Amino acid sequence: MTYEPVIGLEVHIEMQTQSKMFCACPVVDSVSAEPNTAVCPICAGHPGTLPVVNAQAVEYALRVAIALGCTINPVSIFARKNYFYPDIPKGYQISQYEQPLALNGKITIETAQGEKVIRIRRVHLEEDTGKLTHVEANGEAEERRNEATASSQTAYSLVDLNRAGVPLLEIVTEPDFRSAEEVRAYAEQLRALVRYLGVNSGDLEKGVMRIEPNISVRRMGESALGTKVEIKNLNSFRALERGVAYEIKRHIAILEAGGTVAQETVGWDETRQATFSQRSKEDAHDYRYFPEPDLPPLVVSQAWMNRVRENLPELPWQIYRRFVDEYGLSRAEAWGLAQERMAALYFEAALKAGSSGVRTVYAWVMGELLSLLNASGKGFETCPVSAIELAALLELMRAGKINQQTGKTVLGEMFESGKSAAAIVAEKGLTQVSDADFLSSLVAETLAEHPNEVASYRAGKVTVSNWLFGQVMRKAGGRANPQVVRAELERQLRIEQNTN
Amino acid sequence: MLSLTQAQTLLQRGEISSRELVSACLERIAALDGAIHAFLYLDADGALKQADEADRKRKTVAGEHMPLLGVPIAIKDVLTVEGMPCTCGSKILEGYIPPFTATVVKKLQDAGAILLGKTNTDEFAMGSSTENSAYGPTRNPWDLSRAPGGSSGGSAAAVAAGFVPAALGTDTGGSVRQPASFCGVTGLKPTYGRASRYGLVAYGSSLDVVGVFAHSAADAAVVFSVYNGRDPLDATTQDVPDANIVLETEASASLEGIRIGVPKEYFIAGVQSEVEEAVRAAIQKMAELGADVREVSLPHTEYALPVYYLIATAEASANLARFDGVRYGPRVSGETMWDVFYKTRGEKFGDEVRRRIMLGTYALSAGYYDAFYGQAQKVRTLIRRDFEQVFEQVDVVACPVAPTTAFPLGAHRNDPLAMYLEDIFTLPANLAGVPGLAFPVGFDAAGLPIGMQLMGRHFDEATLFRLAHRYQQATEWHLAKPTIDN
Repeated sequence: MTYEPVIGLEVHIEMQTQSKMFCACPVVDSVSAEPNTAVCPICAGHPGTLPVVNAQAVEYALRVAIALGCTINPVSIFARKNYFYPDIPKGYQISQYEQPLALNGKITIETAQGEKVIRIRRVHLEEDTGKLTHVEANGEAEERRNEATASSQTAYSLVDLNRAGVPLLEIVTEPDFRSAEEVRAYAEQLRALVRYLGVNSGDLEKGVMRIEPNISVRRMGESALGTKVEIKNLNSFRALERGVAYEIKRHIAILEAGGTVAQETVGWDETRQATFSQRSKEDAHDYRYFPEPDLPPLVVSQAWMNRVRENLPELPWQIYRRFVDEYGLSRAEAWGLAQERMAALYFEAALKAGSSGVRTVYAWVMGELLSLLNASGKGFETCPVSAIELAALLELMRAGKINQQTGKTVLGEMFESGKSAAAIVAEKGLTQVSDADFLSSLVAETLAEHPNEVASYRAGKVTVSNWLFGQVMRKAGGRANPQVVRAELERQLRIEQNTN
Repeated sequence: MLSLTQAQTLLQRGEISSRELVSACLERIAALDGAIHAFLYLDADGALKQADEADRKRKTVAGEHMPLLGVPIAIKDVLTVEGMPCTCGSKILEGYIPPFTATVVKKLQDAGAILLGKTNTDEFAMGSSTENSAYGPTRNPWDLSRAPGGSSGGSAAAVAAGFVPAALGTDTGGSVRQPASFCGVTGLKPTYGRASRYGLVAYGSSLDVVGVFAHSAADAAVVFSVYNGRDPLDATTQDVPDANIVLETEASASLEGIRIGVPKEYFIAGVQSEVEEAVRAAIQKMAELGADVREVSLPHTEYALPVYYLIATAEASANLARFDGVRYGPRVSGETMWDVFYKTRGEKFGDEVRRRIMLGTYALSAGYYDAFYGQAQKVRTLIRRDFEQVFEQVDVVACPVAPTTAFPLGAHRNDPLAMYLEDIFTLPANLAGVPGLAFPVGFDAAGLPIGMQLMGRHFDEATLFRLAHRYQQATEWHLAKPTIDN
């Protein structure tokens, strides 16, 4: 019997705006900031306070929704989602329910079987909750996100409201995924998108992007959906892929054994590499949504939508498509660049600033330069070597002024000192030596110094020429034009052979 | 016992100082508030300091532009004042000191007003008698055995008893107008969205407005002119020009051209006959002063009560969810987190508050939402439309404020529904968002004040004031003062 998983995703994206969704408190890094330092009476839910919508958050949400091809509701409604928990200071979360900001978008992902369209059901605005740290009786502290209940060992819990009221965007897909790989591909595209749009760092580990898959499994060919399970605590792409794969396997095993899957919310346990039950269907809340009376309907004018649309940058999948079509990059290469906007921009700028060609520029940007960036913990946006300077370096190599090996050394220098390639080459006398007479004398000198090796060459051990080549290059301090040296060495060895 | 405009005049002329005025108020409060219990918190020292400051400012240029400079005012204890306790008449906020000041209070302070303290209220403004206060009821200055009305009973009684010339209240379903009527003072419920709710502890967010009590329409207009206006901190305040009500001081203005509608649905069986007679007489008086009177109909009036008790309680169930003992207020300890929530809320909220939270929670529950909350919203639209249609025919609607005069304390103790019926004539204005003005138009046989209500178009408080002011120039009901037997 074959089975088919059916998966839909809810993704929460914290928007890194100047201030929170409904008050003037700054949005701070909730992992590193001192607890309860970005809190005011409004986000702490003091009686008498009222929310006011942050226009920048709406702007960010519009960027994402429009980039996803959604239809924007010119009038959307905020609603109260009611439930009790110490991390929601008002006893309700302001969200959107019946009339969300945007509907019906789509995103195209690459799968092993080719392109696939994932439909976006809705995009809406809401506010984040605070953060709880449960301290166990034995003194161990554990941070839990959202509604995870304190265990029986909990001695006390600490509330940090820095994150309470941070603008959140919720993006809900239709149940269009059929594998963990598809889920990952979507998540990576979405991460790239929010980074492109300056909405968020896309950092899953910090929880600024939280992906919650809803999974059910049915027999292949059936149209009715199986029982749905939601997975939480997926704090990396790897966890996402593994968690989904784990649940699919678990469901199939239950169905194979003739059992039924229980409707519940499960959490992913990174250490055990398994899911555990967090909340059963019986514990599900009745959120008693109703329109938020403190906020008038959110009106988005056509002019606002147009302005956002006009100011959208070229999107990751557009760059990806263009790099494949225009530059003949492989899909993997194109996505490798496109998923980081600055990498893509850098590559293209370096390509356009010189005449070294796609392959060379790609190899240097994603090879030597990327290793330097990784080693120094920098990114393309903070790269000390500009794309134009890199192109200038590549030009020196293309013109034969320096060789590839020297090029790598020079790039390292450029990265360290910020000097231009030409300056470093001139300063250190690194210009490649192509002078035939000089190189000829170097070769003759080397052969005279190593009569034994020359003898073995003559005896038929032709690979010794490689060793001799290395000796000549060393004599030249690495600056010799390798093509000229190679040709001269072969010539002299042949001459000597002939004269014998 | 000075009215606000009298106090203003004497202060401006330098005939009294603010310190003298405030001291006199404090003395009267010390003598009589033991019997009335209008105040939950009195800041006597702070008020005297503010009075001295006001007396100094009077001699400066800045002082000339402060319309309430040196005038003592009381604030209903559901409005926040930084550093001053705010209980909302509830045990769940006992000891809570808010870290910020309500916008309307800030505006009064900026205009030079002196805050004497916080007045009693039904717990979270839920009630029509001030008996639901966790700190004991307020008594009606006209008859200490009777209720002052509610929920802003403390503010109404404070003005009626001559403790302060004006006080702020809040009105969600009649909580300014009904106590104004019971206490024989003038009380305004402005248009929804006219004044900031920032710092008003929410009961029914789509209905709550900040109102004012004073001895006359002219006095109330001065205070209202100061505290109304759009507030960037309250997204429901409307972008309309601020109201600055200037009333004719001469008693010559004619009411000609003003059309008064008398809604037949407000003169029904169950209305105390003396109330109906006094209100009809007042309307007759306005006709004599030039107004054009005609009968009108607000056909959905009978649904206002159930609609109100679904919408207000639904909103309240969410608004009061924040009182969980986690961040402020008292916390009752328990075995588990849920235990703490249940115990804190179970023990610290009073009966009426818990009743309304349960009603509202039920009205919003899955499977019941459409039949209750959803349906109530539809009917609310019909009620609003009633008013729109009537205001195509007339400029104001005139009717009683409440079916009866002040009832004895404890009269509705075991019958919450009878208490809810006290508000049947005031609820529609909140549901429609229109302004309402209550003022005295006579006394019943027991010597208790009778109030009349004028309702007007959205943001047309000016016409209500103009009408009531002209009426008060021609009559003396508003000048009557209670004799308080201590």
